[in-house]
Amino acid sequence: MRLPVTAPVARDPARCALLVLAHPALHRSRANAALLDVARARPDVTFHDLYEEYADFLIDVEAEQQRLLDHRLIILQFPLYWYSTPSLLKEWLDMVWLHGFAHGREGERLRGKTMLVAVTAGGDVDDYHPRGMNRFSMTEFLRPLEATAHLCGLTWAEPFIVHGSIQMTEAERQAAAAEYEARLAEAIAAVRP
Amino acid sequence: MNTNTVLIQALVYLAASVIAVPIAKRAGLGSVLGYLIAGAAIGPFALHLVGNQADVMGFAEFGVVILLFLIGLEVRPALLWTMRAAIFGLGAAQVGAVGLSLALAAFMLGLPWQQALACGAILAMSSTAIVLQTLEEKGLRRGAVGTAAFGVLLFQDLSVIPLLVLLPLLAVVPAATAAAHAGGLHGWVHALAVLAAVAVIIAGGRYLTGPIFRFIAAARLREIFTATALLLVIAVTALMTAVGVSPALGAFLAGVMLAENEFRRELEADIEPFRGILLGLFFITVGASLDFGLVVRHPFIVLGLTVGLMAIKAEAMTWLGRAFHLTRADARMVGVSLCQGGEFAFVLTGFVITAHVLPGPLGRLLNAVVAVSMVLTPLVFLVHERVMTGPDRTDGPVPETSDFDADPEVIVAGYGRFGQIAARLIRANGFRTSVLDISTSQIELLRRFGQRVQYGDASRLDLLHAAGAARAKLLVVAIDDREKALEIVEAAKQAFPQLVVLARAWDRRAAYDLLDHGADAVERETFEGSLALGRVALERLGLRAHQAHRAALLFRRQDKRLFEKLRPLRGDDAGFVLASRQSAATFEKLMTAEREGARLTDADRGWDTASIQKEKELEDGD
Repeated sequence: MRLPVTAPVARDPARCALLVLAHPALHRSRANAALLDVARARPDVTFHDLYEEYADFLIDVEAEQQRLLDHRLIILQFPLYWYSTPSLLKEWLDMVWLHGFAHGREGERLRGKTMLVAVTAGGDVDDYHPRGMNRFSMTEFLRPLEATAHLCGLTWAEPFIVHGSIQMTEAERQAAAAEYEARLAEAIAAVRP
Repeated sequence: MNTNTVLIQALVYLAASVIAVPIAKRAGLGSVLGYLIAGAAIGPFALHLVGNQADVMGFAEFGVVILLFLIGLEVRPALLWTMRAAIFGLGAAQVGAVGLSLALAAFMLGLPWQQALACGAILAMSSTAIVLQTLEEKGLRRGAVGTAAFGVLLFQDLSVIPLLVLLPLLAVVPAATAAAHAGGLHGWVHALAVLAAVAVIIAGGRYLTGPIFRFIAAARLREIFTATALLLVIAVTALMTAVGVSPALGAFLAGVMLAENEFRRELEADIEPFRGILLGLFFITVGASLDFGLVVRHPFIVLGLTVGLMAIKAEAMTWLGRAFHLTRADARMVGVSLCQGGEFAFVLTGFVITAHVLPGPLGRLLNAVVAVSMVLTPLVFLVHERVMTGPDRTDGPVPETSDFDADPEVIVAGYGRFGQIAARLIRANGFRTSVLDISTSQIELLRRFGQRVQYGDASRLDLLHAAGAARAKLLVVAIDDREKALEIVEAAKQAFPQLVVLARAWDRRAAYDLLDHGADAVERETFEGSLALGRVALERLGLRAHQAHRAALLFRRQDKRLFEKLRPLRGDDAGFVLASRQSAATFEKLMTAEREGARLTDADRGWDTASIQKEKELEDGD
């Protein structure tokens, strides 16, 4: 009997970054897996796997809010599905980033934190272009998240984008992972008091 | 032999093996060599604690019969068909080529061609018992090496039948042939008898044993089941001996016929101990029959011939293995494993001496050579392993092929209402399962639906072992009997620490008990079903489907938390009742609050716009 997260997450002060991963088919992923390897190796990152934790989509709101409060940097890592987040990540935003908690007159609990989006996309950079097959740039597709960060008073960090994840070679994946690690280090250094 | 001598003999044999085998095993020599040494030590040519081996030998050869029966159980007829290349290709080539090479060598040593040919045929046989036991100990029996060696051994067993007919033709004095056959059956009558016996075994195995075992198993008397299994093997042995065919071959055939039977695992587990003890006895008798006198009188002749025999057999077999597309390392391994003389050599030698094909002294020399080669085999294995460095190593370990039944990843104990669904879900996702149940009527029913279920009591460790528990990842205990479930969980956890045990629980209390006995996870058997029905009820009462769904999920989460929270209180009845009543009350309050619109459950707040509306109104009012 596997229990969903129960007790409020005990705060580990050494971990100032929360990596929220939303990937329904992690077993088939290579790009996200390579990125995860470097992120999970860091002692200052709390790893939180939504599809593993909430297989039934029933999100524990209290526990999740506490988790957010315990970290300064919120990293959302996911593959781009239909120009958006996988559905459970959207559910998580719907359920946890509540009025009165994350936004609204009395909802300023996340103010001052930083949001870093790490997204992988199958298409090339050229596809995400006014004349490309997707017509819009990745920056435009990420606007909803950027707006969420803005409304809730979070600093929007420059997103980390991996293009062409489908036909990447192993060497390219390793290069992307190294780049990710550098971005993480930089973002974490920026939120340290 | 009166009872007393039997007891004393048993004492000597058992003591010798109890002393010698663990020491040999500890010294890395393997159990076979241990038995052989024990036998040589107590034999008439050393300590002389036991006398004539002929009686015991006949009894001990039954060990080989059981061994072949057990192997047969693992080989489904379809599998046998896929092994035809190994049996009729490699096997026939081995008997032919190795036999002829040995005959040529004997001819060059000065024997007349008839005797040389007889020697070649006799010495081409290898020892099924030694080879299979050693390969099993080294974990090679299921791989390419094991399959090739097994195919050859099987063909050798087959070829004993024509050899018994053909060898007398080589007699220097043809008149003696008749004498050799005296008492036996002649020509086509004999052939007919053999065919009839084989037909009896095939038909019996296919159509008769199922109902018989079902009847016996329904009595749920373990010892009677064991007795039936032994009876079956002995009956086959007696039948085959009567028509003059290798009983081992008959037993193998019987095993193959039962390989798809639902009682296979139970049979395996029941017969296994007899195999071990009787094979040990067999090796001891081989050791004891070693004629040290002959060896001491002519050490160089015996040793020279033995080394020559083993070298020729190993080289020829390695060469054949290569010709049959084995890797170099595998071919050499097969060559080394099949290089000794076999137990059939003793039988055939006795036979050809009475048929006047070979003179008596030559026959005894052959027996000594065969016995010495059997004793040397485990040593040759050791030397081979030590020497096997350098280029051949780069071939790497050969991955185990699935020539025999694949090892299951999951064992499901109990295949009733509960176990079936779990097992089918597991299998549908590509995992190999092994399923045990003790209800014969249930098995019968499932067989009609084309499902393979083994009859067996999962509370028996030997049966779990036979079902593959030592290598499986998971054990699902899905049986009805609460007491037995606890027993199985505890025993399995102790015997197979690597096994993750999941258990079906009758109720909350049983679930706690199972966890206390070591289960890794439990599921209360009615919980999910009740929840699902409750959800349907909510829908019928007018809730939107998704709302009902989430209410059920929420209930489940709350309940599972409560399950964990109350676990420490389980012994304390009053505390338990109080705490569960409090929790239930809290939960109902939560639900009531939602229903009355006063406060939504936490889980639904994300879709609630009331607070935003209120704030908007305030702002507008500003």
